Amino acid sequence: MTVQANDPGLSISAGSGTRIRPLLEWFARRAEAVAIGLVAILIGLALFSLFILVIGKSPVTLFQLMYTGGFGSWFSVQNSLSRAAPLLLTALCVALPARLGLVIIGGEGAVVLGGVAAAAAAMPLLGLVPPAVLFVFMGLAAMVIGGLWIGLAGFLRHYRGVNETISSLLLAYIAIALMNQFVEGPLRDPASLNKPSTRPLPAEYMMGDIPGMDVHWGLIIGILACILSWILMEATSYGFAARIAGGNVRAAQIQGLPVGKLITGFTAIAGSFAGLAGMVEVAAVQGSANASLAAGYGYTGILVAFLARHNPLAIIPVAILLGGIDASGGLIQRRMGLPDATVLVLQGTLFIVILFCETFYGRFRIFDPDLWKRSA
Amino acid sequence: MDESGIGFWGVPLAIFAGAIRVSTPFIFVSLGETITERSGRINLGLEGTLVFGAMSAYAVTVLTSSPWLGVLAAMATGAVFGLVHGWICKFPKVNDIAIGIAMMQFGLGLAFFLGKPFIQPAAPKLPSILLGGWSGIPQVQAALNINVLFFIGASLAVFLFWAFKNTRIGLTLRVVGDSTDAARAMGLSPDTVRLLATAVGSSLAAVGGAYLSLYYPGSWNEGISSGQGLMAVALVIFARWNPIGCFLAALLFGGAGALGPALQSVGVTQGYYLFYAAPYVLTLIILIITSSPTRSLAGAPGVLSLTK
Repeated sequence: MTVQANDPGLSISAGSGTRIRPLLEWFARRAEAVAIGLVAILIGLALFSLFILVIGKSPVTLFQLMYTGGFGSWFSVQNSLSRAAPLLLTALCVALPARLGLVIIGGEGAVVLGGVAAAAAAMPLLGLVPPAVLFVFMGLAAMVIGGLWIGLAGFLRHYRGVNETISSLLLAYIAIALMNQFVEGPLRDPASLNKPSTRPLPAEYMMGDIPGMDVHWGLIIGILACILSWILMEATSYGFAARIAGGNVRAAQIQGLPVGKLITGFTAIAGSFAGLAGMVEVAAVQGSANASLAAGYGYTGILVAFLARHNPLAIIPVAILLGGIDASGGLIQRRMGLPDATVLVLQGTLFIVILFCETFYGRFRIFDPDLWKRSA
Repeated sequence: MDESGIGFWGVPLAIFAGAIRVSTPFIFVSLGETITERSGRINLGLEGTLVFGAMSAYAVTVLTSSPWLGVLAAMATGAVFGLVHGWICKFPKVNDIAIGIAMMQFGLGLAFFLGKPFIQPAAPKLPSILLGGWSGIPQVQAALNINVLFFIGASLAVFLFWAFKNTRIGLTLRVVGDSTDAARAMGLSPDTVRLLATAVGSSLAAVGGAYLSLYYPGSWNEGISSGQGLMAVALVIFARWNPIGCFLAALLFGGAGALGPALQSVGVTQGYYLFYAAPYVLTLIILIITSSPTRSLAGAPGVLSLTK
């Protein structure tokens, strides 16, 4: 069968096919991911609507409120963006190891220890250095401890065969206990009575807002981290090697790739991002390290990463979407009298349906590049 | 005899009492997870199942004032969660670990959502058996005041140990868990076996939750679980998929968890929070010592993705 070349982009002949094919495949794969993702979200929303109907409330009102609360006004958009900031970083803590085939669910531990490390690093430097330098030291301290914490899970996985899901989780519980110990003990500000905290940062040492917005700099840090991670994964030889190791460990080892170093390194990078989330929380939101650091950002990050299918760039819109859902919780509670857990139910439903829809990848021939070639 | 009469003897006694009191939910959850994992599947969502079980047990007990009906209700809801997990996981390309995390978030959210009206009312507790009547020391009496569910859990561990080896159901479960192909060749349906194993495992986990809300600490609130459902997965590896091992591991874990409060009761308050981490540190160390990068764990079901 001869191929009609009516569109230069799709013209396939023996000569040009090899050049067009990768582009076509790339496009088909993206189209499949977007289509299946959107359908999954619609199914999830439909199931959630059913649940809301069963308990006798109107899903239409709920979704309207969700939109108003999350994205309806400039104020709510800014609120959503602020909530998205830590999620960008904790999602990377799941997404990067996932590309190597590892399921890390203990990002929460790196967040809380990152926050404690940042607060501890700030103490001796207050008044000695300008805020920008202080933030660099706080960020480095947080990233080092976060990187060590999650990197340990990767290290144990490769060199001792300890399951990384379990070890990262155990490490998260240990981290929270350590945080409580530090915050109640050596690092405690004697003035913090009801809620033990480290000494608060003075106002001039707080990381402020992005100019013209009511959103702190954490958002920019998070977006930059996502872009850098994407470049690392897609455009460097390290990322390429990591993806090979994630696809087939044996093949990677036969190729002579340093799988152990890749796993340890990438989990450490992932952990350092989660640690940075803790630093942002201290420097931009709380002003001190305290139990509020364990607010569940690490766990919501898991959801964000899976929804984004571990693509660092896709994490940005997904985190903002979930930040918006999160931000609308209060409004739903006030206007409809529904518990604040409504948002959790919606998140859980979406999470299950989206994972379930993984099964549809490769099932629909419409996304098969070969089909397009023939019909073109 | 007065409070201080037994002095530092109170520490081992409190650890013993704590081990029994704290371990019961761990026994049920880890036995449940053992059943599921023996069939070759991991259910990481037991934390959600456990908390939902705690909520439904408490709610039904408040409404009917019968704690045993509460336990039954928890088992039923647990089975439903397990069926959902098992059904979703039978589809190709679906990752059982990820679905577990999702089910956990869903279960927690739903439990908090539906459980909101039940935070205030009080529910009758599950009965316990007084074994300490022979002693005049109140601490000893309190330590030997043991809940019925603990004995049920202990007997269940022994029963499962026997059943895995000696019953048709136990052998079926193990074949399916060790080799999907061998099971198919024998005419078994691996998906159905795993579906049922996940449902049974989940309903046991929910009993663990019922213990939390109906006995110790004996109330329903959103912070009722301190990760018992998640820890179960680690305990099962630690126990090498052996039900009696699960029972012992749960006791050890409960005892380690009771260390902090026990020391605090005799005036040792230094490093209080670090003692909270003791069970997790202990589990991690044991995992590090016993794992190996070159071979899968002894006793691990062959199909299990956890150990690959």
